[in-house]
Amino acid sequence: MNALARPGRWENFFWPLLAAALLLALWHYSVIWTATKVFPSPLSVEKGLAELLRKHVLWADIGDSLRRVAIGFGTAGVIGIPLGLTLGWYPTVNQVLNPVLQILRPISPIAWIPVAILFFGIGDHAAIFLIFLGAFFPIVVACVSGVSNVPSIFRRAGRNFGLAPVQILTRVVFRAALPQILIGLRIALGIAWLVVVAGEMIAVDSGLGYLVIDSRNSGKRYDLVVAAMLLIGLIGLALDLGFRQLEKMRSVRWGFGHES
Amino acid sequence: MSTEALITAPAPGVKLRTEHVGMVFERDGKSVSVLEAIDLEVRDGEFICLVGPSGCGKSTLLNVMGGFLPPTSGSVTIDRELVHGPDPRRILVFQERGVFPWLTVEGNIGFGLSKLSGAERDQRIAHYVQMMRLQGFEQSYPSDLSGGMKQRLQVARALAVNPDILYLDEPFGALDSVTRLIMRGELLRIWQTERRTIIFVTHDIDEAVQLADRVVVLSSRPAKIQDILTIDIAHPRNISSARYLEHRDDLLRKIGLAYTV
Amino acid sequence: MNLPVRLRPVAFIAVLLIIWQAAVNCHPGQLLPGPWGVVRGINDLLRHGLLLKYVVASLFRVTWGFLLAAVIAIPLGLAIGWYRRAEMAFNPLVQIFRPISPLAWIPIAILWFGVGDLAAIFLIFVGCFFPLLVTAMSAVHNVPSVYVNVGRNFGLGTADLVYRVIYPAVVPQLIIGSRITLGIAWLVVVAAEMIAVNSGLGFLIIDARNAGNRYDLVIGGMVIIGTIGLLLDLGMRSLERVKSFRWSYSEN
Repeated sequence: MNALARPGRWENFFWPLLAAALLLALWHYSVIWTATKVFPSPLSVEKGLAELLRKHVLWADIGDSLRRVAIGFGTAGVIGIPLGLTLGWYPTVNQVLNPVLQILRPISPIAWIPVAILFFGIGDHAAIFLIFLGAFFPIVVACVSGVSNVPSIFRRAGRNFGLAPVQILTRVVFRAALPQILIGLRIALGIAWLVVVAGEMIAVDSGLGYLVIDSRNSGKRYDLVVAAMLLIGLIGLALDLGFRQLEKMRSVRWGFGHES
Repeated sequence: MSTEALITAPAPGVKLRTEHVGMVFERDGKSVSVLEAIDLEVRDGEFICLVGPSGCGKSTLLNVMGGFLPPTSGSVTIDRELVHGPDPRRILVFQERGVFPWLTVEGNIGFGLSKLSGAERDQRIAHYVQMMRLQGFEQSYPSDLSGGMKQRLQVARALAVNPDILYLDEPFGALDSVTRLIMRGELLRIWQTERRTIIFVTHDIDEAVQLADRVVVLSSRPAKIQDILTIDIAHPRNISSARYLEHRDDLLRKIGLAYTV
Repeated sequence: MNLPVRLRPVAFIAVLLIIWQAAVNCHPGQLLPGPWGVVRGINDLLRHGLLLKYVVASLFRVTWGFLLAAVIAIPLGLAIGWYRRAEMAFNPLVQIFRPISPLAWIPIAILWFGVGDLAAIFLIFVGCFFPLLVTAMSAVHNVPSVYVNVGRNFGLGTADLVYRVIYPAVVPQLIIGSRITLGIAWLVVVAAEMIAVNSGLGFLIIDARNAGNRYDLVIGGMVIIGTIGLLLDLGMRSLERVKSFRWSYSEN
């Protein structure tokens, strides 16, 4: 954006590494200067990470968190996408259902925890239910707005070529709305990842979220706490990047005008 | 000197000179040469049109002349000073989205006038509102204006800072043909009253012949100066006159287009 | 359905409530209350004056956390978005920290601030910081280069450019981003209050369950949370309609 000369390719690696190095240095020295007994230094976090890897617990926890996300997110998609498409396609139905959705949406999935525990008890199912709730609303909203934003000329072209309404929905509108639906799915995945961590802190006893809380509660192992946090960040980022690859597929690339 | 010559002859000095300007873009690792060896002299008060096929680099050349893009080779001088950046003495009018949507008409016109005193500013703004026929819309936002009015607003904003050179990048391209004719007339009216140097990019042959003193024909990419035609018809130009049609055919031929459809 | 349009969703909700009540009536003795039970629960809370106190506590934390995050993240995000090298430097870090749920910061929050208001505000700050930062960065990117070029053409220096061109151009997007972030803040406060504090709506819900399985209060709390969240969202949307910002929606 600004008028300086165009940066070279090497700078794509140099600057982030520099920033990361500075951050690590700042972290390291803050720990030393404040002589804190509890907050871990970068090195102890690294050692903690190695320890977790050695104990094999880590993979189980990561697997649990991912599994819950997969099931909760998947269910939310399977139910939410058709529902969203229907609501977007039939505005009259949307008018009736939308207020209910608007009231339920701002209720944090976390606030559903007692209800979840009531229905499912403590364990996997409660967590999956929470993830489902977290992902469900963004998916539905994205589908509704994806469908309503399809220019009506596309629908008219569909009719012009003699397609029945359902066919127009599946062959024309769905394809046209796909980029926006994908964006909604990506956002929902991000939310699912946030919710699983939160849910695991309260409603289950395994997974990365549980690891964070447990490391503190049983022994003030803040090195493990921070290690787990970094893992959460990295895996969340990996999920996001993986999903963005989907957006690059030819069949939807047209909908993403430029880098966002 | 004939009366024709009085009306059409611009002041003698060279205002802008491009010396062997070349422009190479890097795109996805490949070098794309857009401009090659552009040597051009524009005289003070002249009306020049740059024409060429779509995508040939006309806008790029305009941006280089305005100082928005540094050329890969060669240089641009204005009044013998090297151009190395945008400057309020030479204002560029864009094809669309040039006006600031968050400012009113008055706000836009007054944009470059912050160094003036309040009274002077108001006076200037009123003058250009008048000149560009935007009365009644001083407090309106661009979203309330038609396409033609937005372009008039852009020109008003540009003129308000008294630039030496006005660059126009296909400014009427987004307008309907009737509005385009009207806007061309207005532009000529302004040019004849205020006598600035105008460099006008267009892909419309008629527009070039109707407006310009000289038409610079650019080849397709990489753009080189293919030809320079002098249109020596006095304003107002009769677009049905034989002379006009001669120039037009000449231009069409130079660009390489047949003139039957 | 021949009801006028406005009434249809109301009718739908009424039908849902009836089904809910019927389901509860069919299973006597279980914990989940029917709609009427919830209303009575809310009334209970109002009478004890607790509800108002908790609502104020939650809103207080949201306001502070959000404002602190906005004051730091927005200028920072604009700067990072503007300078390409700054973005190259910081973007990877932002992308790594962003997916870390604010709740994962709870142990650190408690370590630094102990259990209480500050910890909750810190968590909301963290939850708002990254979305606002990213919004500001993307808002700067989305400023059409035409505007910047016009600004430079008229001889504006960097400071003037930022103040007279960039800032007005980014405001609409910032407002939309703020609305979404405020929604996130509201989600986080509820969660934070369940774990890290002893007051507020989130605490109400957990406490109602833990101290006596008062599910009528749990659901009542949920309804209130949903309502306030909706009001906050509507409030921000009305800000989007303010005339001087509206230009961005009719343009394009």
